[in-house]
Amino acid sequence: MSDKCDETLTELYSYLDGELTVEVREKIRFHLDDCPPCGDIAVFEVELRKVIASKCVDKVPDDLRARIIAACSDEAETP
Amino acid sequence: MADQATFVEQASPLMDGLYGAALRMTRNPADAEDLVQETYLKAYRAFHSFQEGTNLKAWLYRILTNTYINTYRAKKRRPDETDLEEVEDLYLYRRLGGLEGATAGRSAEDELLDHITDSEVKDALEALPEQFRMAVLLADVEGFAYKEIAEILDIPIGTVMSRLHRGRKAMQKQLYEYGKQRNLVPRETEPTPTTT
Repeated sequence: MSDKCDETLTELYSYLDGELTVEVREKIRFHLDDCPPCGDIAVFEVELRKVIASKCVDKVPDDLRARIIAACSDEAETP
Repeated sequence: MADQATFVEQASPLMDGLYGAALRMTRNPADAEDLVQETYLKAYRAFHSFQEGTNLKAWLYRILTNTYINTYRAKKRRPDETDLEEVEDLYLYRRLGGLEGATAGRSAEDELLDHITDSEVKDALEALPEQFRMAVLLADVEGFAYKEIAEILDIPIGTVMSRLHRGRKAMQKQLYEYGKQRNLVPRETEPTPTTT
């Protein structure tokens, strides 16, 4: 793999995190479009994050939600 | 100056996320419930100082994190800065990328991503030492930017990046272990070199 690949992969996470300057982002985007191996890695990392985000979900139990809202109302009524 | 009367309306939609974060932080459902309740009460009381139109979600997560640190972390008496062993970059991709999965026509990556369970993902995150866990949680589960994470955790942006980088690698390694336990990943081969 080339220097361009090394540079891209070093910054890949920052790129996927929406960070870095506009110029650097553009260079990385061009490389990912041009280089199937690097493009493949980027696709996988994006998919992995979607999976992590979608599976790390919890629902507040109804009784806890009610208790919290009630507690805030009680606060409101306290002079 | 934000109006307390609108607090519940504005803050309620964020409760599931805060509860999930509380579970990952405390790793104990009873503590998580107390933590979320305390967070909402503190937020309610401080709401008059919240600037309408600014980032309510980040503000609430900051209160959650501070409450956790002050109340629950102190209870545990474990060393704060537990370290992580060094893990290779792109740990999962090097082991799965380009390989055929167990099912014909499915790639090894898809095989793992399709079958990894909610519990395994949560456990993998909870297995991380706290400082790495919080960074990964805020970035990958809640979608905060580096700057927001830096403000929520009260650490420099450079530290956010470093914890994220190391935390993510460690989490990938943990997910790979779960994959191995369930025969979701191909037999261990030489990792594919992706950089020199």
